Amino acid sequence: MHARLSFRHGVHPPEHKELTAGVPVRRMPYPEEIVLPLRQHTGKPARPLVEPGDRVERGDKIGEADGFVSVPIHASSAGTVKEIGLWPHPDGSMAEAIRITVDTFSPQIPRPRIIPHWDGLTPDQVVKAVQRAGVVGLGGAAFPTHVKLLPPDDVAVDTLIVNGAECEPYLTTDHRVMTEYPERVQFGIRIMMHTLGVQRAIIGVEKNKPDAIEALRGTLPDDLDVAVQGLTVKYPQGYEKMLIHALTGRDVPPGKLPMHIGVVVQNVASLACIAEVFETGLPLIERVVTVTGPGLRKPSNLIVPVGAKIRDVLEFCGGLADEATEIVFGGPMMGGSQPDLDAPIIKSTTGIVVLTRKESRPRRTYPCIKCGHCLDACPVFLNPSLLGILAQAGRFEEMEEADLATCMLCGCCSYVCPSNIPLSQMFALAKAGAQRRKQQAA
Amino acid sequence: MSETSHVGDLQLQLRASPHLKAPDSTPTIMWNVVGSLVPVVAAATWFFGPSALLVIGAAIAGAVLTERAFGQAGSLGDGSAAITGLLLGLTLPPGVSLWIAFVGGAFGIGFGKLVFGGLGQNVFNPALLGRAFLQAAFPAAMTTWPAATTEWAQLRGDNFAFPFTTSSVDAVTEATPLGLMKFESTSTDPWSLMIGATGGSLGETAGLLILVCGGYLAVRNYLNWRIPVSILLTVALFSGLLFALDSTRFASPLFALFSGGLILGAMYMATDMVTSPVTNAGAWIFGAGIGILVILIRTWGGLPEGVMYAILLMNALVPFINRATQPTPYGSPGRAPKPGTREAEA
Repeated sequence: MHARLSFRHGVHPPEHKELTAGVPVRRMPYPEEIVLPLRQHTGKPARPLVEPGDRVERGDKIGEADGFVSVPIHASSAGTVKEIGLWPHPDGSMAEAIRITVDTFSPQIPRPRIIPHWDGLTPDQVVKAVQRAGVVGLGGAAFPTHVKLLPPDDVAVDTLIVNGAECEPYLTTDHRVMTEYPERVQFGIRIMMHTLGVQRAIIGVEKNKPDAIEALRGTLPDDLDVAVQGLTVKYPQGYEKMLIHALTGRDVPPGKLPMHIGVVVQNVASLACIAEVFETGLPLIERVVTVTGPGLRKPSNLIVPVGAKIRDVLEFCGGLADEATEIVFGGPMMGGSQPDLDAPIIKSTTGIVVLTRKESRPRRTYPCIKCGHCLDACPVFLNPSLLGILAQAGRFEEMEEADLATCMLCGCCSYVCPSNIPLSQMFALAKAGAQRRKQQAA
Repeated sequence: MSETSHVGDLQLQLRASPHLKAPDSTPTIMWNVVGSLVPVVAAATWFFGPSALLVIGAAIAGAVLTERAFGQAGSLGDGSAAITGLLLGLTLPPGVSLWIAFVGGAFGIGFGKLVFGGLGQNVFNPALLGRAFLQAAFPAAMTTWPAATTEWAQLRGDNFAFPFTTSSVDAVTEATPLGLMKFESTSTDPWSLMIGATGGSLGETAGLLILVCGGYLAVRNYLNWRIPVSILLTVALFSGLLFALDSTRFASPLFALFSGGLILGAMYMATDMVTSPVTNAGAWIFGAGIGILVILIRTWGGLPEGVMYAILLMNALVPFINRATQPTPYGSPGRAPKPGTREAEA
């Protein structure tokens, strides 16, 4: 191993992955009801294809992709469509969703389908198959995977980067996928390299997952240039830009995409999902989710049907401990608090973390004392102290001049701020405001 | 930033991410600074007797009561007023009247901090501003250095003098090492300087001890180590250069480092987070500026000591230093990998 593979700055929150790192993935039984929002991905929501009363089998398409940057939605269980209407979405809003009453006695066998051989397909055909299967990035951003597979003609991609960093505390979703299904990850890499026409793939895994690194090294293909690299354990190592920097030393210029510097990044779970599409023909209807935290009785790694409600998942994991105070969807650094236990697991849900008063205790906010800790933490080299002062003064145009657009909302500044100033929260609001101003101007 | 949502009996908190928080808070930092100075206060008491505790206590009382009277509700808890008083007390002569120390603390908090808007808003280090005020208002009291006494418990001056009265005690005075250097070109044994067994302000004499206490804060990341390192390096280099040119006229680097208030200033005054640069590059520049000014004032200025004015002058430049040393954001042309590095080859 050569030079330290990492990026500058970042933070070291307590990992707490020991709760579930060694717990094998189990399949959760089907709940009584499944709720599938039409918006589970970045881009345009899907259009519903079913009516209340319709009977669906597991794997049936029930929502159609609306345009290229969109993916279809599939039934994750056999059952009957009960209603199409507004339902609590894990992002905190109400969103249009298809409710399906699960057929309790169904064998859950999908309809027979033709499984195309990936090798014989042109890149265009693979892209279509991936879109048809509703595959999105499973690392949390839920960007439709097929969009990344079609670089424009003037862009030359030379490296596939496989994201197995999983830098969020508590989460062990990708860890278990890499450890238990390394062949599937490798198969996904093979399909992806074929489609992109790249000669080189690098899998980046934080060094706190030695069993995952070992499993992947043990299944490396002989005929392809695929390497596994251990990465420094540091948040946000799993962010696309940080990962690319650590593995290739390249930086994405402002306003550009990773493909403009010759790189495509895919999460390990997304690759395993693509492999499954070409193994079984099944679309993305279930995923591995880490359900964990000090506020949960039985921390677990589960295969959960997409659309299962938080309530049912928590119940299967022994329920909440008495001291539970906060339920976070995703990792605790980036995830969102859930107000409603009826919100469903969606394609982008990497985990559910139940925190207690110890972690979620409200803390007093003090004025900025210019300690500079946020500058030392910011992985994209901004001045969060200055941005925070500008935000509090309502000087939003000046924030844009201070490179607010570069901020990835990773939360490192808020994490270290001794004055407990909600920096990344203010930046998220300011970014949304900047977006609105831009739209109004256009 | 916290709301709750009720789901049956369950009360769920709603907070913005990140949901985890590093343990250090602003009061933790401030009270650690206070705690780290306890050994320095003990040393001052060892060298200067009960006068030390009285003077430091009066300065703290002035600062804390002013914060209490005019500051925001509950702002005493953040510990910053206590630091101001404590640091001011450590820079005062042992024999100064208690009411003068009290006024210094009150001025430092009132005019050094609260008029700017309280914690985080001030431009100048409040303790040093308090001291600068006392230096201007009471020049004689601020430069009267009592000689060592044989009895530890004996007061080192008329600490209990009423305001605006002439001292009733004829104190035996002694020149400080810097005074000796300035006006008689006599150096003091460096070892006595490091230990602190010399005349001078209460908490400024025990250089080695202050280095250890400040080192603790640096290790805990409660102060930016680049500032004291930059100040002390600059002073050592600049005074070393002068000493090499003419060792009869100029002080040796070791003398320059451990005399006067340099170590306390470098470790505790210049590192005040609010009044020092927010960038690390700025910290180096800030420290170098202080180091150069200290030697300039000590060597060619009218005063024997220049640490206070050096830091205050550089405090005024902090906004400019910050602006000149903004970090270069990720992905911008200025961050291109340097040729020859791993990053450029990749």
